[in-house]
Amino acid sequence: MVKKVGMETSVAIGEVVKRVNADVIAAYPITPQTHIVEHLAELVAEGELDAAFIPVESEHSAMSACLGAAAVGARTFTASAGQGLELMHEVLYVASSMRLPIVMAVTNRALSAPLSVWGDHSDAMAVRDTGWIQIFTENGQEVVDNVLCAFRIGEDPRVLLPVMVHLDGFHLSHMIEPILLPEPSQVAKFLPENKYPLPLDPSRPVTMGDFGPPVIYSEAKKAQEVNLRAAKEVVLECWNEFARIFKHSYHPVECYRSEDAKVLLLAMGSFCETAMVAVDKMRGEGKAVGLLRLRLWRPFPFEEIRKAAQAAEVLIVLDRAISFGGPGGPVCSEVRSALYPLDKRPKVIGFVGGLGGRDITPDGFEAIISRGIEIAKKGSKEEFEIFGVRE
Amino acid sequence: MSRQAKSESELTWKELEIGGIVTEPGSASRYRTGDWRSQRPSYDFSRCIKCRLCQIYCPDGCINETDKGYFEADLYYCKGCGICATECPTTVITMVDEGEE
Repeated sequence: MVKKVGMETSVAIGEVVKRVNADVIAAYPITPQTHIVEHLAELVAEGELDAAFIPVESEHSAMSACLGAAAVGARTFTASAGQGLELMHEVLYVASSMRLPIVMAVTNRALSAPLSVWGDHSDAMAVRDTGWIQIFTENGQEVVDNVLCAFRIGEDPRVLLPVMVHLDGFHLSHMIEPILLPEPSQVAKFLPENKYPLPLDPSRPVTMGDFGPPVIYSEAKKAQEVNLRAAKEVVLECWNEFARIFKHSYHPVECYRSEDAKVLLLAMGSFCETAMVAVDKMRGEGKAVGLLRLRLWRPFPFEEIRKAAQAAEVLIVLDRAISFGGPGGPVCSEVRSALYPLDKRPKVIGFVGGLGGRDITPDGFEAIISRGIEIAKKGSKEEFEIFGVRE
Repeated sequence: MSRQAKSESELTWKELEIGGIVTEPGSASRYRTGDWRSQRPSYDFSRCIKCRLCQIYCPDGCINETDKGYFEADLYYCKGCGICATECPTTVITMVDEGEE
């Protein structure tokens, strides 16, 4: 009988990486990701996980080492956050365009300056266009489940792409929760062996990351774009299969009390669980409000967003990142464009909040929803508002 | 479906190997870097002292020894940088614009 165990989410990630029997881990510790890397280093040092642990000198090197490992067909894992993710930025593009299935847990953290080790989604949004599959999670169990799924999705021969599993720094990474870890027999059933089709192999030499002159670069990018977009079907298939074996189900857009809602709030990550409390309270007062939780950020789930949001009158989007000088947060901007082609669509109102670890309470979410409704009726002078900022 | 079958300029995005992986070793030798050239070296071998400096300095390694012991750039690869012309101690090499005789 499988039992839930009280465990810090970061430690639980390490336990999943052990259970999938990763071959190579190359990572550089950075708050709030440190406990993941520490636990993995410990597992390897104690012989509990037979993997090469490469203690690199920076995140740029961490991702570079992961490229090499994935290129020989090794099951590869890393983790980062905030400034660390930014330092590996250029190598992230190489991983996806060389089609290397690396799994990375990102404990989302704000970007400097001022220096902040606390959570928001600035780091995730900065790497939005790097070509990785990106999944957002809301609690420890979702993190564990999706790290396992990430290996299956990324290594699928139809996908062969790197996958980021986003978990909010501290709010999730350092939380101790009752967690159900996958049993070895379940992992064996769920996760096939990693068989990279064209690995670096002296008996069958290949060149990876070759020179791409203008005559071929556009074709390479089109192939990459089609491949990432098509990965959605495999993500769906993986989550269905996961639900069959593990009884937890996941969807690109999770709908909460949204079916008949006139007003919808859309959020991502751990804040969704707090937002549910606000939605429940407002429903109790007879208000037709609901919540959409965007789980699959890349590839972007256009159809699912349209289906979930089109019947509402107002859609309020909360971003935990700012696109400075732009139309609002990146999530709001993308959701608005996804809905634009529809004849009947909700008014989309953007808020930015929860920056640099600032909490939003259930009362706060209620205030965001109320203010969003007000803006939908009366308009606002600003493109978006920053929730809770002291004026 | 790899790059052996067709040249790069004919391949569609569907025909690329995953991640643009090249499966044929040494295929880069077919890449005509000479296409980048706007000037090419022209030679007056009567002044050549066969010192080989042009060959040593060529950053592309595309200068070969001829049957008569002179040194001449392979225009399939020569990018026309002009370093050989600058380094030649007896001004054997002059750079001329492509399209001129």
